[in-house]
Amino acid sequence: MESKKTWHNYLWIVSALYLVLGFFNILFAWLGLICFMVPLLIAILDGSKTYCNKYCGRGQLFELLGGKLNLSRNQDIPRWLRSKWFRYGFLIFFMTMFFNMLFSTWLVFSGVRELREVVTLLWTFKLPWHWANNSTVSPWIAQFAFGFYSVMLTSTVLGLITMLLFKPRSWCVYCPMGTMTQGVCKLKHKDYITKENN
Amino acid sequence: MSLLKNVAVVSKECVACGCCENTCPLNAISVFKGLYAKVDLNKCVGCAKCQKACPASVISIEKKEVI
Ligand code: SF4
Ligand code: SF4
Ligand code: SF4
Repeated sequence: MESKKTWHNYLWIVSALYLVLGFFNILFAWLGLICFMVPLLIAILDGSKTYCNKYCGRGQLFELLGGKLNLSRNQDIPRWLRSKWFRYGFLIFFMTMFFNMLFSTWLVFSGVRELREVVTLLWTFKLPWHWANNSTVSPWIAQFAFGFYSVMLTSTVLGLITMLLFKPRSWCVYCPMGTMTQGVCKLKHKDYITKENN
Repeated sequence: MSLLKNVAVVSKECVACGCCENTCPLNAISVFKGLYAKVDLNKCVGCAKCQKACPASVISIEKKEVI
């Protein structure tokens, strides 16, 4: 019995499109902020993970590739990858790199550094990005787009690797947004954790 | 009267991703307040679909007494 599909079952198309658009114009990367703000706002205001459970196109994309297209080995994820230490550690690392990216944007904004037209994959590999058309905007706007797209591309690559190796949505186990929204919910519903989940 | 049957049991390492919720054909499992997945023992038939889908592998199928 499969439940009826609604509009939010197709958000994976938006996620896939987002990655493609970055190849044409890096400035589309700014749209990725929606995937940062919406889950957080839902967690803070509604105290739920409805974004993960229903509206995350990225999760759906992994499900589609690993599940429907059978690309996943469907193996259990290693224990350490789902441990609290790793999940919160990865969140801290991810946020540190995120603030580092914001700092680079600030340096370009204040004129200390010139715009670097590169997308950095896995925080290490610098890919020259010739598909970018940023001549019409201030350099810092483009710098943020390069940085943000690097974050999105890196997390997609990590998600694809763990999708292939383990289960389709293994990325969701250590996804910083998922960890952060669960953390917010834990803070909001402390009573339920102590009563029911310990 | 109580009944002994196979049901899904979620460990406390649940990451509340909701994959199980989207897979269960009987709507017997759902994420509770963004914290962890909760099983409705009366609805669950222990089919293990959620167990297969769970990316964190925190679901087991166990025999439980259901009232
Ligand atoms: S854990 Fe991350 S990738 Fe998975 S559904 Fe939530 S926000 Fe999306
Ligand atoms: S799929 Fe697994 S980790 Fe995700 S909510 Fe369900 S029980 Fe928790
Ligand atoms: S074992 Fe089957 S019926 Fe029970 S919660 Fe999982 S998917 Fe639903």
